[in-house]
Amino acid sequence: MPALLEVKNLRVEFPTRRGTLVALDDVSFDIEPGEILGVVGESGAGKSLTGAAIIGLLDPPGRVAAGEIRFQGRRIDQLPAEEMRRMRGRHIGAIFQDPLTSLNPLFTIGHQLVETIQAHLPLDAAQARRRAVELLKETGIPAAEARIDQYPHQFSGGMRQRVVIALALAGNPQLIVADEPTTALDVSIQAQIIALLKRLCREHGAAVMLVTHDMGVIAEACDRVAVMYAGRVAEIGPVHEVIHAPAHPYTVGLMGSIPAMDQDRERLLQIDGAMPRLNAIPPGCAFNPRCPQVFERCRVARPDLMAAGATRAACWLHEGAS
Amino acid sequence: MGALVEVRDLAKTFDVSAPWLNRVIERRPRQHVHAVDGVGFSIERGTTLALVGESGCGKSTVARLLVGLHAPSGGSVRFDDRDIAQALSGRDAPALRRRMQMIFQDPYASLNPRWTVLQIVGEPLVEHGLVAGAGPLKARVGELLQSVGLAPADMEKFPHQFSGGQRQRISIARALATEPEFLVCDEPTSALDVSVQAQVLNIMKDLQRSRGLTYLFISHNLAVVRHVSDRVGVMYLGRIVELADKRDIFAVPRHPYTRMLLDAIPDIAMSGRARTPVQGEVPNPLSPPGGCTFHPRCPHANERCKTERPALSEFKGVQVACHAVAEGRI
Repeated sequence: MPALLEVKNLRVEFPTRRGTLVALDDVSFDIEPGEILGVVGESGAGKSLTGAAIIGLLDPPGRVAAGEIRFQGRRIDQLPAEEMRRMRGRHIGAIFQDPLTSLNPLFTIGHQLVETIQAHLPLDAAQARRRAVELLKETGIPAAEARIDQYPHQFSGGMRQRVVIALALAGNPQLIVADEPTTALDVSIQAQIIALLKRLCREHGAAVMLVTHDMGVIAEACDRVAVMYAGRVAEIGPVHEVIHAPAHPYTVGLMGSIPAMDQDRERLLQIDGAMPRLNAIPPGCAFNPRCPQVFERCRVARPDLMAAGATRAACWLHEGAS
Repeated sequence: MGALVEVRDLAKTFDVSAPWLNRVIERRPRQHVHAVDGVGFSIERGTTLALVGESGCGKSTVARLLVGLHAPSGGSVRFDDRDIAQALSGRDAPALRRRMQMIFQDPYASLNPRWTVLQIVGEPLVEHGLVAGAGPLKARVGELLQSVGLAPADMEKFPHQFSGGQRQRISIARALATEPEFLVCDEPTSALDVSVQAQVLNIMKDLQRSRGLTYLFISHNLAVVRHVSDRVGVMYLGRIVELADKRDIFAVPRHPYTRMLLDAIPDIAMSGRARTPVQGEVPNPLSPPGGCTFHPRCPHANERCKTERPALSEFKGVQVACHAVAEGRI
């Protein structure tokens, strides 16, 4: 069976007056049907942009300059806008960070759900409404029959995110791109939303690309994780291995800088410096100026993903290791 | 070593009524929200007290009350044995202000974009008359920047030339300019990426050790709190529900809300520890539930919890506001 989504050598560029900025460079990964792939990284690593490229919502002047995105074997990065619009929602759903801005404040949530359902499924108004109530119940909204006629402002942040999840599931998509779905929520709500997203996607058989900066969310929800740095995938592998035996020095630093609940450390491991700006990405490995294990080759040649234990890492340390 | 800061029965009420015309026409009553409702704690010199809680629990209001940015509606804050409400209205207010400073959450909003770093970090020095002349001012600002890991040459730059983590270091340098003893840090790392957060937390700990600083650290992130604090207060709807040493609160959380918060933290080690799923949301602070405000979400609530509000009381060395704990039900 082919992968549900294949991203190959994806390159996204932003042409500007002062030259072309390469925001994503040579990004490749697959998502299997029903799998939850986490994409983690710090601000500006390109994780949200990867999600936007997949659902065809790159903000202009950003454009896919090279590489390809295949969904169920079919190329989708070159689709005309109208065809891509039909694709979104029906085959690829999306959940964004801020549940208030992803809902229209002028319409009841029922209106928005019914509209989405009817856009994708051949149901009449009454059937669509029944389906909307069902979806709201599934996402754990109490008194769904009554609340369906309320407006977004009448819902709390956590409840709104539940509505957004219901919207994303409305067309029964095979893949959901969730961009920081829990970042705007309090910790106690965050745990509920992650559990809900995990359960519903399993029940509906949808795969998820979960974009987040929070390693804790990744650990809770994902099967595999891709760690991004400066527009490239630094490491990709099963979550357990990436967390417990990271192969890329950046992943090691990232894990070490998270305050842990189960051990006492006087100082956190810190990665000095900051991620380079897009117009000043160093030659060789982009991480080399901050890397504690840097050697000559890292400064001149850029490493591609290579096998490193149970994961794959873009790091010269692992060349010929396995 | 005594307590540097002592807070007793602190309260802050905000008037959130509709405008006068709406009240008259629609016959709506005045409405008040009790943002902080009878909070008490003390902070020993050279230690860190962390306040944790979810959005709207009143933790930032406490921070603002402590440095005098809000006037309390009730209760008192004593700093080095003086009531700050009185002291800040008196003649030696500047002397007191010099001794306590604040670090804000958003390093993008808390630095003036039109000022150079020299002006930003130098302002408290000039304002309090601590340095005379341009030469000594530059020298002092350079020193301050170095103490937070920036270069003295950075003082000529503007805030937009720095990353988020560097900006937060600039705000720390500004807060340190007057050599305060007490720093109120309101979510200082929430806007930062984890690797940058680690840099800032490390700097804050180093500074505490070298200068004997006292911190009030406000955060919603329990893992961060566990890393930086000595004592922890857990807040829920304007009240402290549990106050204990860090070791106790993380090893044996007493209050059901504290337990719930700890259970909500993603299990990053993937140890598969048993957790009870979190339920419900924080109620509307405008109409908090009667009795113990946590009772609608609490698995241990009984009739007494719905009617009688529990007071914070000592229980095996920690302070907990919970009937179930006091009665030995949990």
